[in-house]
Amino acid sequence: MSDTGGGGSLFAATARDLDNRKKQARYRGVFLGMTLLLILPVFLILAVLISRGGPILSLGFLFTYPSSGMTAGGVFPALLGTIFLVTAALVFSVPLGVAAALYLSEYAADNWLTRLINLAIINLAGVPSIVHALFGVGAFVLFFGFGTSILAASLTLAVMTLPVVIVSTRESLQAVPRAFREASWSMGATRWQTIRHIVLPNSVSGILTGVILEVSRTAGETAPIMFTGAAFFLPFLPQSVYDQTMALSLHLFVISTQVPGVPDALPYGVALLLISIVLIMNSASIALRMVLRSRKKW
Amino acid sequence: MVAAPSTPPPVVEVNNLRIRYGKEVALQLDELSVVPNEIFGIIGPAGSGRTSFLKAVNRMDLFDRSMDVEGSIRFRGRDVRTWKNVYSLRRRIGVVFPLPVGLPLSVYDNVALAPRLSGVRAKSELNDIVERCLRRAALWDEVKDRLSSLGSLLSGGQQQRLTIARGLSQDPDLLMLDEFSIAVDPVTTMRIEDVLKELKQELTIILVTNLVQQARRLADRTAFFLGGRCIEIGATDAIFSGEVKDRRTTDYILGRFG
Ligand SMILES: Nc1ncnc2c1ncn2[C@@H]1O[C@H](COP(=O)(O)OP(=O)(O)OP(=O)(O)O)[C@@H](O)[C@H]1O
Ligand SMILES: [Mg+2]
Repeated sequence: MSDTGGGGSLFAATARDLDNRKKQARYRGVFLGMTLLLILPVFLILAVLISRGGPILSLGFLFTYPSSGMTAGGVFPALLGTIFLVTAALVFSVPLGVAAALYLSEYAADNWLTRLINLAIINLAGVPSIVHALFGVGAFVLFFGFGTSILAASLTLAVMTLPVVIVSTRESLQAVPRAFREASWSMGATRWQTIRHIVLPNSVSGILTGVILEVSRTAGETAPIMFTGAAFFLPFLPQSVYDQTMALSLHLFVISTQVPGVPDALPYGVALLLISIVLIMNSASIALRMVLRSRKKW
Repeated sequence: MVAAPSTPPPVVEVNNLRIRYGKEVALQLDELSVVPNEIFGIIGPAGSGRTSFLKAVNRMDLFDRSMDVEGSIRFRGRDVRTWKNVYSLRRRIGVVFPLPVGLPLSVYDNVALAPRLSGVRAKSELNDIVERCLRRAALWDEVKDRLSSLGSLLSGGQQQRLTIARGLSQDPDLLMLDEFSIAVDPVTTMRIEDVLKELKQELTIILVTNLVQQARRLADRTAFFLGGRCIEIGATDAIFSGEVKDRRTTDYILGRFG
């Protein structure tokens, strides 16, 4: 029991208060330290990449072909290939994912089927990417007969990112209060009218943020495209979705492990480029979220 | 006046209605009818089943899987559950919930939403509807200079009046108000009450209220719900002058319990 020592010291700190305060400061320090430890590797990686790979990055590097057996030159076909693959993957996964999320959030009744679907989505999100890769080979390359191609690779990427799109979209939809929906329904609006006028306009920012994050995740994936459509080296650009393509992630793997005589700076440069794409995407999504959050709607 | 055989057909007619949530019966109504152009007040303590009744009338029970409705509710002579199109049913019934809901649209769009959904496109017609409904809800003077600002950022009382304006924008046959004055200051409440008395010429109103005196001021007939039963139903004047079948009604009106 602490002693407040009469009415005069009602607001004075007791010994125990002081002790608690010290303890609190200590805990705070420990947690701060752990957090800093966590971001340390990120900065180390960035520092190394920038110092080693930075000098090689230039517009020319982005827009020229690899040369001398991939030991010199730029990354143009790989960069373009990554853009193709990610864009094509989005074309499949976003409409499908948003539609599925709309169904789950706005239409589905809370029954065993819905719960089963939700369980499947969560598990799908946890499947390792190499398993997705093998699925892609079996389903798109062989069964559907797309061969190793942009089409097969981007479909594989799409399947892999679908659960993430669904979950993030559904969360954005759920963030719109139910009272808004009920007010709209009570006026005789159909479910679709309510989605169209009330739910979507107020969740589109969250959906977009999720999609951008998905892009950044997809851009770095290697395993799912390695066996389904990404090529070791191609001296020309793909002509159709049935062609193979180079990709940044696989290119990095190839020049760091498979090709002899590559100067050190080259893989560092490619890695830096890849990380920059991811960072730019993530910052864009954070910026977008901040802009839209500042416009408070309710 | 109590509905006599010669009066026009009722707007709402209830027979052997039973509303349940799971196993628990929330409301059991043997017979009740609301006649055209009256204000029908429903009073009763918390949990007496009044909100459940309103939800059953415009079929909001469809959104609550635990809610189970048996028996018949007829709106304009047709059972609400056989109404060919539940959306057209809801469009003819305006509802105002206890908690104000300004939709995250502009003030203008809040009120124009229902007319737009039912196909009104002409700008001038929409302008007319918006102004008329906002005036009736006693909100026009406060928002006429900021019709484009967000309805969801108005004050609570303003949002409640916006909700009333929205209910009127559907041009309903029946307006159901559930404790509309909870978030509204007394002066504005009086103004809305005056509007309701006028609106009675054009439509029928069901007024659920916790304020016994509000029912007394407005309602032509009043029903007293208690514990999921309709204990009393009759002309407001009669009920408030003590002509009751069940003395619990008088006890409640006089604030002896509840
Ligand atoms: N969604 C629900 N799920 C389960 N039970 C419910 C639900 N809504 C209402 N009930 C129950 O039904 C009964 C009647 O509730 P209702 O909301 O119709 O009462 P009310 O007269 O409107 O009361 P209040 O003055 O509190 O609004 C209550 O016992 C309540 O607990
Ligand atoms: Mg209620």
